[in-house]
Parts: sequence; structure tokens; C-alpha cells
Amino acid sequence: MPKPIPVPDALSKPFWDAVNQRRLVLQTCTACNRHQYPPEPACAQCHSAQHLEWQPAKEPVRGRIYGYCVMHDSRLIPLHEDQPFNIAVIKLEEDPELLFLSHLPGTPPDQVPVGATVEIYFEELKLAPGRLIHEWRVVS
Amino acid sequence: MPTKVPNAPESWYRTREGLGIWPHRGKVAAVGVGLSPTARRWDGRPETSVGAWSILALRKAMEDAGVSPDQVDGLVMAQDTATGSPWPPGKPVPEDFLTTFQPTDDPLDGLTRLSAEWILQNTPELTNVKFTMYGPGCMSNAIVVAAQAVGEGLTDTCLVLKGWHNLEGRYYVGQGAAAEDTIAGRAKWTTGWGTVACYPTAMHFEAYCRKYGVTRDMHAPFVVNSRKNGLLFPEGFYAQHRPEPLTVEDYLSARWIAKPASLLDNDLPICVSAAYLFTTPERARDMKQKPVYILNHASDRIKIRSVMPTLEETEECAASNARKLYEGAGITANDLSFEGMYDGFGQFHVFHLEGLGFRGVKRGDALHFFQTDISIEGWNPVSPSGGNIGSGRTRFWHHTDAIQQIQGRAGKRQIWRKAEVGVTGGPFPYGGNFTVWGATPG
Repeated sequence: MPKPIPVPDALSKPFWDAVNQRRLVLQTCTACNRHQYPPEPACAQCHSAQHLEWQPAKEPVRGRIYGYCVMHDSRLIPLHEDQPFNIAVIKLEEDPELLFLSHLPGTPPDQVPVGATVEIYFEELKLAPGRLIHEWRVVS
Repeated sequence: MPTKVPNAPESWYRTREGLGIWPHRGKVAAVGVGLSPTARRWDGRPETSVGAWSILALRKAMEDAGVSPDQVDGLVMAQDTATGSPWPPGKPVPEDFLTTFQPTDDPLDGLTRLSAEWILQNTPELTNVKFTMYGPGCMSNAIVVAAQAVGEGLTDTCLVLKGWHNLEGRYYVGQGAAAEDTIAGRAKWTTGWGTVACYPTAMHFEAYCRKYGVTRDMHAPFVVNSRKNGLLFPEGFYAQHRPEPLTVEDYLSARWIAKPASLLDNDLPICVSAAYLFTTPERARDMKQKPVYILNHASDRIKIRSVMPTLEETEECAASNARKLYEGAGITANDLSFEGMYDGFGQFHVFHLEGLGFRGVKRGDALHFFQTDISIEGWNPVSPSGGNIGSGRTRFWHHTDAIQQIQGRAGKRQIWRKAEVGVTGGPFPYGGNFTVWGATPG
């Protein structure tokens, strides 16, 4: 699908750089031993930015489908030709408090196996060939 | 008037449990109500702009309360009036609008946003306003701020205002950032996947139905009842422009937006303004309408852990919010005569309702509750205003209705049982501002 091109900012650039290298990194407060996604300027728990660093997610990077809806009328007109499509919420296996959105490529609309395991992969952006975005697909 | 009108300080919001009775319980009263006409979209005339209709609503609220403009010493309002259609870049502001009203340094002030400066410049009879403050976003916020301001003695005759404009164009679809090939800011973690505003609620509702073994069709009686109540609101959009009732079949056959949310689970953006007049109980004695006492207000400020709250976080936040409301007002759920929690996405009304424990409804019970008599004629009136679903997108019908219900002048919407205590607020079960209203000071 023609997803829009994410514009990295200073805070998120390491994340998108890693995605473009087919890696998932997680912003982590080493003082609290706590991950954050999306990244924040400070740790939401200790409110300090001093101990924030980027750590690689544990391989294989997997999650479970927490829930979903089926989009029939997206704000993004380039996506309309692919409607209806799934938007699933993925709970990261390594830290289930972290939620990611996914179109679940390969899973027909409205046939989302809630609770199933998914694995990350990196999709090339149609609107920016060579650039990647993180996505998830069902593995079991 | 201060040169820069501030937002309310965060310390004014009651965001924690354990704060005890609100110190100003029963010491603030709502008396007057004023509403503008409604329209689906702005027709381009100065006299129907959000600025003009807001002035009209203010004047009606003063008249309704029996207060002369020179008695008003406070103004609390929400500054933003936006919906999903921005003013087209480069489009000139109509000349007749600029000549009809005194502009501020923002030419779109009064058209697509509303400052206190613009209101006071263009409502010259408000000569004694000394306190101005913003309660950003919603009337729910402005009410909390005005209640706190009156309670603290910063104003004793205070107008509370919220206006909405709606321009041509589809609601956020292909508008603004959604028209670009790139996506920046926080939206890149969510909207980049093509989400719409109702998607978290749709996902919560889907998860809710799975968790509790209930089905979406069980939500239909709520939507049908809301429209029925809305059609009894003469100031509402549907009563004025589309006075047709909804049926269960209409609801079940409506086109999907983000399944399980359909068009009829979303509210209709409209143009309209509302104003209330808040005062002290002492001053209210000399006014035209019966005072409706504010017994407490509460707010929630959930820190969303990731891209959206989970269903469980939503349920707990709604329950915590209710505990705060009851604690500060010194009441229990059993004291509620009615509830008017927000429904701008109809599907999150279940979370508000279960959080309140309205009529003993527990988690997972709300859709079963909707199969019982939830009408204004019954013992358990749900959303007697009809809310946004019943009267269009404002986030203030429920507040207006609560005041009018307790004053006994809700007309054909008047609930059958005696309206003594009501609770209203919103928007989200995981983020909003809420108020308890009472017929007596408590």
C-alpha cells in the first residue's frame, strides 16, 4: 500500500535509520529498564532524558495481535484504492505494553486472527523506493 | 483585559483520586443558557460565522439568566473551533467579514478560531469583563475552568463559551497533513497506517465485544434512542434540519468508516455556538432561572503508554474518573438521576457508562443494559440530550441538557423521574473533563 513517507525528526531519526537497515530498535530508559514506542523526549516514568538510549529489539522480533479494525474510509486518499484494509494493533512479545499498528499484509480484511503471533518485516515504501517501514505478518 | 489570555493552570484540574470533597461544591451555579442556530456548513455570510453565532449565544445566555451585560465580569471559552476542514491556504478572508467585525491580528479570528480578544472587541456591551481564561478544546474543559474561577472568587458572573465552525470538505479526509506524501510528528506512528479519528474507539469496541461475548447490533438501541432524544432538542441540528428518526435497520446498514464503527457511530460536524452563565448562589437568587449547582468536577490525564490506550486502560480510566467525580461531590452512583456522558464516537459511551456504574451497570454489561428501557420515559434515562449522535457534533448538548433538566425546562426531553443530580463530560473515557450538577448545593 502507498503509505506516506515518515519524516524523521531529531528524536526519531535513530529509529528510522535502523528501520532502513531492517532492524527494530527501541528507545530505552536504562535507569527504569523501560522501553518506549513511540519515542519520547524523556522517560515517561522518571521524566529524565539522561538515561535514554536506543537498544536493538530481541530477535526474532515478534508480537501478538491484540485487536483490529477494518478501514473503509481512511483520511489518506492514496490508501483508498486498497480499502477495505486491516489496521491491527500488535503487542510486542518482548514488552507487551508497546503497541504497533500494522496492515497485516497477507491477511484478508476482517479475517484477523486475534491472538496470533506476528513477526516484523520491513516493507519498501511505494512512494519512496529504497526506504523502508516496519510492518508485521502472521506467522502462526 | 490582560493582553494575553492564559489557559487555565493545570493545578485547577482535579485529576487524582483522594482529593476529598471539592472545596467549592455547591458554591457555583449555572443559570443561563444561550444557543445559536445550527447549520451543516458555513454559508459564507458574516452573520453566520462562528464569531457572530458565538456573540449571539452569549447574548441569549445573558438574556436567559436575566443579567445585563455590564454585570458580567468573566469570560471563559475554548479558543479552537476547528473541525476537519481547514481554511484553504491562500484563500482571502471575505471582505464583508472584515468590515462587519473588528479584527484582531489574526484575520481568521472569528471565522476558524475564536479568541477572547475578538469576542470582547465585537461584543461592546461587555464593558466590565475583568477575568478571561481559556479552557482549551471543549465546552467540558471551559465548564471546569469557569466553575473553578467562580469558586475561587476570580469572577462572580461569568460567561462560558464554545463555538464550532464547519467548512466545505470531507472531515480530515485528504485535508491538511493528510494531503501530503510525507507524514511528520506523532501522526507518523498512527495516521501513517491510514487511521481516522474513530479508530482507537473502534478497536476498543471490537475488543470489548470479544472480551464480553456481546455483539455490535446490541448497540443499536442506544443510537436509535439518542437520535430520538435529539429530535426533542429544538436547538439541535437534526431537529432543525433533518427531523427523521433513526431505525435499528438504519444503524445496521450504515456504511463502515472503521469497522466496527460506521457512519452512525460517528457524529456529524456542524456550525453552532453555545454559552452558559455561571455565578454564585447568592447572585443567582436575583436571576431569572433556577440555579443548577456544580457539585464537583474531575479530569483525567492518562499517560498513554504507546500508540493508543488499551481497552483495559480505557476501562480503568473511566472507572477512576467516576470515583473522582463521586468523591468530590459526596455522592454515589445511586444518586444519579441521569447521565450525559459524551458520545462523539457513540461506541465509547459504553465505557463512560460502565465507569460510572450507572444503574449498577458493570463492565461488560452496557450493551445488555441498552436492551432495557433507557428512554427519557423510563427510570434509567441514558443520554437524554441525545448527545452528538442525536444533535450533531458540539460536545455541549449534554451539558446544556443537564442544566435544563435540573431546571425543569428541558421541554419534551424532560426526564420522567425527578432530575436532581446529573453527570456530564467528555470527550474520551481516557482523557477529558467532567462535571456533576445538582438541584441543591449538596
